[in-house]
Amino acid sequence: MGTLAENLFSLKAGRSVSAGQHVIAEVDYAMAHDTTTAWAIEPFKRIANKVWDRSRILIPFDHAVPAPNLAAARMQQSIRRFAREQGLRIVQQGVCHQIMSEQIVLPSMLVVGADSHTPTEGGLGALACGVGSTDIAIAFARGKLWFRVPESMRITMEGQFAQGVYAKDAVLALAGRIGADGAAYRSVEFYGSAVSSMSIGSRMTMTNMCSEIGAMCAIVPPDERTFEYVRGRRGAENVEPVYADENACYVEEVELDVSELEPQIACPHEIDNVKAVEEVAGERVDQVFIGSCTNGRTEDLHVARRILEGKRVADGVRLIVVPASQLVYNECMHDGTLSALMKVGATVCNPGCGPCLGRHQGVLAEGEVCVATSNRNFQGRMGSPKAFIYLASPATAAATALTGVITDPRDNLR
Amino acid sequence: MGRAWKFGNNVNTDLITPGRYNLTAEPAELAKICFVEYRPEFAREVRQDDFVVGGRNFGCGSSRETAVIALKAAGVRAVIAQSFARIFYRNCINNGLLAIELNAEGIQEGDELEYDEQAQKLRNATRDEEYEVNVPQVLLTTVREGGVAEFIRKKGFEALEELFANDA
Repeated sequence: MGTLAENLFSLKAGRSVSAGQHVIAEVDYAMAHDTTTAWAIEPFKRIANKVWDRSRILIPFDHAVPAPNLAAARMQQSIRRFAREQGLRIVQQGVCHQIMSEQIVLPSMLVVGADSHTPTEGGLGALACGVGSTDIAIAFARGKLWFRVPESMRITMEGQFAQGVYAKDAVLALAGRIGADGAAYRSVEFYGSAVSSMSIGSRMTMTNMCSEIGAMCAIVPPDERTFEYVRGRRGAENVEPVYADENACYVEEVELDVSELEPQIACPHEIDNVKAVEEVAGERVDQVFIGSCTNGRTEDLHVARRILEGKRVADGVRLIVVPASQLVYNECMHDGTLSALMKVGATVCNPGCGPCLGRHQGVLAEGEVCVATSNRNFQGRMGSPKAFIYLASPATAAATALTGVITDPRDNLR
Repeated sequence: MGRAWKFGNNVNTDLITPGRYNLTAEPAELAKICFVEYRPEFAREVRQDDFVVGGRNFGCGSSRETAVIALKAAGVRAVIAQSFARIFYRNCINNGLLAIELNAEGIQEGDELEYDEQAQKLRNATRDEEYEVNVPQVLLTTVREGGVAEFIRKKGFEALEELFANDA
């Protein structure tokens, strides 16, 4: 009678557990990036000499690569030294969650990542939790960690998306409805026909955004599409998928008919300040960012291309496109998407987090306005605390880049 | 005894240690950038044993442990909030920074506060009020031991397992 989270934690703890209990669980994979690893070295050295299993640890460099300044270069140097000592693998191929999802994660894995957007990997049916640097140091050292088994929230999405409306709009609508702490400490579990018919990338858009409503993890139960996506990767043939029981107990259930949904936008400076794009249409923008672990995948860049190809970015608008990974970069290079976007006037950067966290590649100055496809519109997140960040789908972002003012993408797609 | 620094709801870790400033693991350096853009006077004027008082969902957003390290290194005795974001709360446990869950609407900017661990009470000397608090044993232990890594170093991982088993 367990939820997906309870059943997965029971498997990982080796005994039957339920919401509210503390467990020490075996971790299948641990990940930290070019910032959080640096902060993990000191606590790691206090408790261990050697990592628990180097084949189950990955260090993707993504937050600011190549190093944009001396401070970042020194942190990255310290991590490279640590990785050499421990025999750990550093990859510089894109955003950590995209790399983990493209190469490593399998349904029913317990993944811990020293990054708050680790729930992204739950789009593949994994139990993936964000933790801090000391936590990841413990996981690196022991291969296990303590958790409080979360209460679960069941989200059911039915219906078919209208033209110009996407998973991002659905999850923004959810954030607007339940608030920035609406899923605090919970596992968010997704069901319904609108979710089953979604691509893996779109599912990851939703699980990614659940970090912004406080969730510990967010999970889409694995299906044929998931198994097809992970086929051929190490361990895939041995996956025994875990599901929720019929009579599982949920702390809250939310239903959403996506057919009626319009394009949504989160306005400054809170994730739950969500409006229909129409309501804020006409607001002037300086920068448009298409990328990140939320919406930097091939399908996202294709949507942008469809809206932008053959046109010109509005005068005075900077369009920054950052593919989420090298795989995405390659796909979009070979199918002509990147050159189409460059022709329109986009600056295409190397795969990584890009300007999302305000460290490089498009920092905002005082008074500037950005429409971004990423996940955080916190005050000061992308630069000056006097800048303004709106969050929307790649379609809304692309349509906005064309006009220079916030624009509902539906007109461009008819 | 320390003074209250009052904040609102949803104080995120980007506000505490912004991404452009937190490229260091050095606590003393991090203390200097605590709320650097959001409330620049904080790092200059905060005194040892002051309290940071927030509303709901304190510490939301990025997992960056620097937020907790910066507050601790700045001398903050405790963060008091109606609720805490999950990773921030874990980071408090891991670093031994006292986090007190309390609806703190009655506390005003600059109020003189004192936390009594033995009695599990928070006293507001300015308003002559007393609030009942309930800090979990796990957190009290790591605050006393100077964080989880230090606890494991001294007592072993098995002791940590036991600590959590007893708190279930």
